[in-house]
Amino acid sequence: MSTRIGVVTFPGTLDDRDALRAVRIAGAEPVSLWHRDKSLKQVDAVVLPGGFSYGDYLRAGAISRFSPIMELIIAGAKEGLPVLGICNGFQVLTESHLLPGAMLRNNHLHFICRDQKLRVENANTAWTCDYTAGDEISIPLKNIDGRYTADERTLDQLEAEGRVAFRYVGMNPNGSLRDIAGITNEAGNVVGLMPHPEHAVEPLVGTGRTDGLGFFTSILKRLISA
Amino acid sequence: MARVVVDVMLKPEILDPQGQAVQRALPRLGFDGISGVRQGKRFELEVEGPVDEAALTRIHTMAETFLANTVIEDFIVKVES
Repeated sequence: MSTRIGVVTFPGTLDDRDALRAVRIAGAEPVSLWHRDKSLKQVDAVVLPGGFSYGDYLRAGAISRFSPIMELIIAGAKEGLPVLGICNGFQVLTESHLLPGAMLRNNHLHFICRDQKLRVENANTAWTCDYTAGDEISIPLKNIDGRYTADERTLDQLEAEGRVAFRYVGMNPNGSLRDIAGITNEAGNVVGLMPHPEHAVEPLVGTGRTDGLGFFTSILKRLISA
Repeated sequence: MARVVVDVMLKPEILDPQGQAVQRALPRLGFDGISGVRQGKRFELEVEGPVDEAALTRIHTMAETFLANTVIEDFIVKVES
């Protein structure tokens, strides 16, 4: 049986097509999920893609967090369902409290869109096991609310438990605390990051590299070996 | 119908670059003497029925779970007469 990976579309989502495509290129079966669906359609993992769900009204991710499909995803994630939140998806995960902290307006107040270098800090999660800790990858970054924030105690805990999954290398693009680009939950099944791996899976487009493909091959490997 | 106002502000320790940008613009526009600006959100809720303790408890829960993100924001609930 093929491995089914769901990609959720909210009103205002932008990157669902690219995420579905990345899933397919990695060798899994992409499954479209709609925010009002009341079933996860037997998917083995879920991607919350980037965009501006619900127009970022109230706060980025604040309204999406209460959509019917999120009820199922939140319950599933607590039982071990692998979930990857990219950009707006990361914001949805922090608003859902599946990941700690919150995202704020970039410290320079500009929308940023560029290739961003990251260091993989944790290569043991469901979504990073095809990388090696210390790997430097370059994938696109595009957002205005990317400044990761949490209180000192939470940050210390994330560091101590190895839950900072990715850190920005070179210039910090948004003022995120401790250069954090992505984090994972305690169990390693939920990962969120601001940059976009799904835009860097084919040499023809994006960065011209395929540095983002590892997220999707990681989850495939993890699910097949499970 | 009674009105209840929920004011949501970033916590004091959270950097507010939007407020800073507003503050920096003030002297340029001829408004002197403002040493700090913080920007927040105000929600005006038109409440059906009496604003009793039960209603205020519901609004408090609403503010805590939805209107504000208490990781980064504080909120105040006020009943307008």
